[in-house]
Amino acid sequence: MLQTITKDTGNSGLSSPFRGTGGFILHLADSALVLGQRNAEWTAHGPVLEQDIAITNIALDLIGQARNFFAYAAQAYNESKDAGKASFNNLLPRPWIAFNRELQEDDLAFLRDERQYLNLLLCELPKGDWAFTILRQYLFSAYQLPLFQQLAQGSDQQLAAIAAKGIKEVTYHLRWSAEWVIRLGDGTEESNRRINKALTELWPYTAELFEPSQIELDAAASGIPIRLEEVQVSWQNHIHRVFGEAGLTVPTNKPFQKGGKAGIHTEHMGHLLAEMQYLQRTYPNQQW
Amino acid sequence: MVSKTTDTSRITEQEVWSILEKVKDPEVPVLSIIDLGVLRGVQLDASGKLTITITPTYSGCPAMDTISMDIRLKLMEYGIREVQIIQQLSPAWTTDWMTEGGKKKLRAYGIAPPNPKQQVCHQELFATEAIQCPHCNSWHTELISQFGSTACKALYRCTDCREAFDYFKCH
Repeated sequence: MLQTITKDTGNSGLSSPFRGTGGFILHLADSALVLGQRNAEWTAHGPVLEQDIAITNIALDLIGQARNFFAYAAQAYNESKDAGKASFNNLLPRPWIAFNRELQEDDLAFLRDERQYLNLLLCELPKGDWAFTILRQYLFSAYQLPLFQQLAQGSDQQLAAIAAKGIKEVTYHLRWSAEWVIRLGDGTEESNRRINKALTELWPYTAELFEPSQIELDAAASGIPIRLEEVQVSWQNHIHRVFGEAGLTVPTNKPFQKGGKAGIHTEHMGHLLAEMQYLQRTYPNQQW
Repeated sequence: MVSKTTDTSRITEQEVWSILEKVKDPEVPVLSIIDLGVLRGVQLDASGKLTITITPTYSGCPAMDTISMDIRLKLMEYGIREVQIIQQLSPAWTTDWMTEGGKKKLRAYGIAPPNPKQQVCHQELFATEAIQCPHCNSWHTELISQFGSTACKALYRCTDCREAFDYFKCH
């Protein structure tokens, strides 16, 4: 049973200890990293060779995007004055403090605690079967594309450049995953059963994609052009079109799971981090 | 010809470009980083400080670290030890940055070069681009997989000569 406990403080978003644009950049990085990690679990386990290569290529793109965001966050921290540094207070990896050197992208990826990760819950759920992985990727890419299109228009040049770079990759991810949603939905009785099951399981987690949290409110307040209500319209239009072709019904029940953007995760997150962080936790600063 | 004992006090930016023509893409060794459009700039300031700007093809392209190291090694052969390499994301690389010479080399190597971006980069589902077989030049080809052996390639097959081939995908 997947369960998330959150404290809802009304329409103004989740209560969160994280403030400032640093949190927003890490949120973008974490969603990409964690979904990249999940997709990478398919390496050598894909249903056929071509699709094994496809999903692992997508994992590589996502981890590449995460690296860009992490490197940017680390640079922003290292170059900012005391007030700017303070906005990262709750987000810094504890083991890094003892290293006595500048913050690096790997510190942010591999040494933060679970409660410091700000990814969408959708991204951390176990990979499930092929239908679950496909549908999750589709729901995420259909959200990521309009989001990146907004960010690419921003005045923060580095953030805009990272988003513009990612748009081209996400366009491929969206097209590939949408085609697979249609194949599975409009395929055999078994594939239709599986993708419907995946839809039932994933739908509740789509709530937090569009509900602004403190980190997005802070980012918008500092001038980052982020309008989640417009992202949602674009997402819904895409989903209605693709589900229509796939013979899937868009669920009418209201999604409710949220918490990732405030650092509150499902029970699966700790397991994911244990595997992903093992090496840097055990052998700090190890390189190979 | 650039002598092998050059240091940055005696070299020109143009000579650095011609040295870097010898640095190949590790994944597609027939292309230089200039053919590929990965090398964005060479800057040599008055004090002799050399700065080289490169751009990644894809966000997660694992070749970037290798390319940076290959640039350093190649310059070292010419006695240039001090170099700063900057990775620049903007403007984002597209396949339109690839030179015409690069496209010809790709085809000769057996990889179909990218179509011009404006014509074919789209999101239409199940639409496939018309790709010419690099082996027999037939246009009777079909997509096997949108993702291939590296992030930048898709896998096609020719229905005339029956050969499978990589397509450097439009991006």
